[in-house]
Amino acid sequence: MLADALLLQLGYNAALVTIGAMLLGVAAGVAGTFLFLRKRALVSDAISHATLPGVGLAFVLMVAMGGDGRSLVGLLLGAALSAGIGLLCVQWLTTRTRLGEDAAIGAVLSVFFGFGIVILTIVQTLNAGRQAGLEGFLLGSTAGMLRSEAMLLAVSAALVLALVVLLRRPLTLAAFDPGYAEAAGWRLGRIDLAMMGIVLLVTVVGLKVVGLILIVALLIVPAVTARFWTERADHVVVLAGLLGGLSGYGGAALSAVAPALPTGPIVVLVSFGFFVVSLLLAPGRGVLASVLRYGRYQRRVHVRQGLLALAQGQPIYERLTHRLLRRAGYILPDGVATADGQAAAAKAQLDEARWAIVRGDLVFVSAATRYDGLTEIETVLTPDQITDVDARIMAPQAVT
Amino acid sequence: MSLTLVSAKSVEDDRKARFESPLSVRGLTVSYGESPAIFSVDVTVRAGAMTAIVGPNGAGKSTLLKAALDVVKPLAGSVQIYGQPLAQMRDRIAYVPQRASVDWDFPTRVIDVVLMGMYRQLGLLGRVRARHRTLALDCLDRVGMRDFETRQIGQLSGGQQQRVFLARALAQQADIYVLDEPFAGVDAATEKAIIAVLQELRDAGRTVLAVHHDLTTVPDYFDDVILLNTQIVAAGPVADVFTEDNLQAAYGGRLATARVDPESVAG
Repeated sequence: MLADALLLQLGYNAALVTIGAMLLGVAAGVAGTFLFLRKRALVSDAISHATLPGVGLAFVLMVAMGGDGRSLVGLLLGAALSAGIGLLCVQWLTTRTRLGEDAAIGAVLSVFFGFGIVILTIVQTLNAGRQAGLEGFLLGSTAGMLRSEAMLLAVSAALVLALVVLLRRPLTLAAFDPGYAEAAGWRLGRIDLAMMGIVLLVTVVGLKVVGLILIVALLIVPAVTARFWTERADHVVVLAGLLGGLSGYGGAALSAVAPALPTGPIVVLVSFGFFVVSLLLAPGRGVLASVLRYGRYQRRVHVRQGLLALAQGQPIYERLTHRLLRRAGYILPDGVATADGQAAAAKAQLDEARWAIVRGDLVFVSAATRYDGLTEIETVLTPDQITDVDARIMAPQAVT
Repeated sequence: MSLTLVSAKSVEDDRKARFESPLSVRGLTVSYGESPAIFSVDVTVRAGAMTAIVGPNGAGKSTLLKAALDVVKPLAGSVQIYGQPLAQMRDRIAYVPQRASVDWDFPTRVIDVVLMGMYRQLGLLGRVRARHRTLALDCLDRVGMRDFETRQIGQLSGGQQQRVFLARALAQQADIYVLDEPFAGVDAATEKAIIAVLQELRDAGRTVLAVHHDLTTVPDYFDDVILLNTQIVAAGPVADVFTEDNLQAAYGGRLATARVDPESVAG
């Protein structure tokens, strides 16, 4: 069944939803990366919640004008308009009052959402039946996705990708170093406006698929996940798009197999699955890699300290040090150094003396920055340089 | 009390001075709240010289730089670059912000940061070509960071980060270099390397303006000095301006501390 779903063999509607969710995932992952890098991830939460009054009011307006109120374009225009107003409110509160951005986001998010719920409730009591589907904007409803809706997602995704390719340099620069960007002549205000516009577009077209409450997850989680795997901003963008697309595709396929499961939330959970795997297993920034690296580092420190203690004839108190030295064959169970241990200890002692010279001499200034108590001096200096250093270690002793 | 009338000649002289100066500022006032960070500051930076901005903590040194580059919006005042409005002349200025002003965990490599210095020149879609890359590597070489090309910036020491920022400014190939505390919290080797690069720039006819916190090195490093304490206390060649009296006026009671331990001023 799942294989059928993944191969788009579960009928026209399921295929439409799967492709639509994938396109949304790509667009959201790419757009969200810049929000994440600019450390303004939560602004997207304010934007998405601020769509709700617009949806409700657009419905009321369309009914008042004699329509049936369910034109998706009309509803989305309303959503975009009120989200834009919400965004302006956040900007205004942040720049013109002493409120921080977090407080501004909290205020705008809750007030707009509350207002939206009120409108939705009133609509429901006014003319029951005809408004069916408005609640779908809260958590998404893909059941009756139309071809035109999938087309809208495709066009929007293409637009988002084009804008991001066009603006990748200013967007990256503004995220990394806004002060420099502005001094270099980029209009920071316009860059941020463009970024928010892209996010707003993704949010509005994503309303029907994942709903306004969960769209923030699609914007942020892929970027955060991608960050685990790379140290380059451009790679984060690409990877976040891929992860977002995979989440959308996989999530929609899963929910097609089990129709009881809602598409939007499943997409978010699949995306979260990628996040957890990355959090644990990513090389470099992953938790497992960090733990292993820390352990390895700790063992090196212990061995080094133990050898230096041996060289100075001091007893070894720490159990871990003792165990590591024994395992390396440097000491006997009673703590007495073996021949190997004596040699290694003498070498460690000599290296410390060499480092002391290196760190005290401006000639070696770049090498000296590599000192961390563990780095082998042979990896930093050439044999000739070491001979030179050794000569200086001996010299003062010859005088006395 | 003497009253000076504004004569046509003085207006003309000022216009001429501003036309020749790489960076001139008139009546610049910036306020973050009720009290001004800098007040009615007039500065005329001399072309082809290294100028230090010196003053106690909270004197508005960084603010003066940021306002001069329009990063902070001034309450009043004007900025001109070679007599032209700043907006038209931005490409001739390279700014090195305070190292602490950015998040060094940002996913980017050393070479990418230097390439950012060429973004204006590259435009939105211009491809990064071999010559751009060569220039970036050359800039890294000048600050002694050639070997760190592909390093993630978070792995660098403070001094190395500062050098990368300087390399990014060099990549702009600007005429005016504006640096905010380039020596704050860097190692001795980096300080030497940076000052050598800045002096090279000066000797090549470029103009350098830097916020500086170590009074003891001002005469060694700089040609001109601007003593700032919200307002300009004195400005001009180090030999004329960097005097006990002027320092006393700028620092007040804090001078003794600044003298004994220059590092403490850095904080």
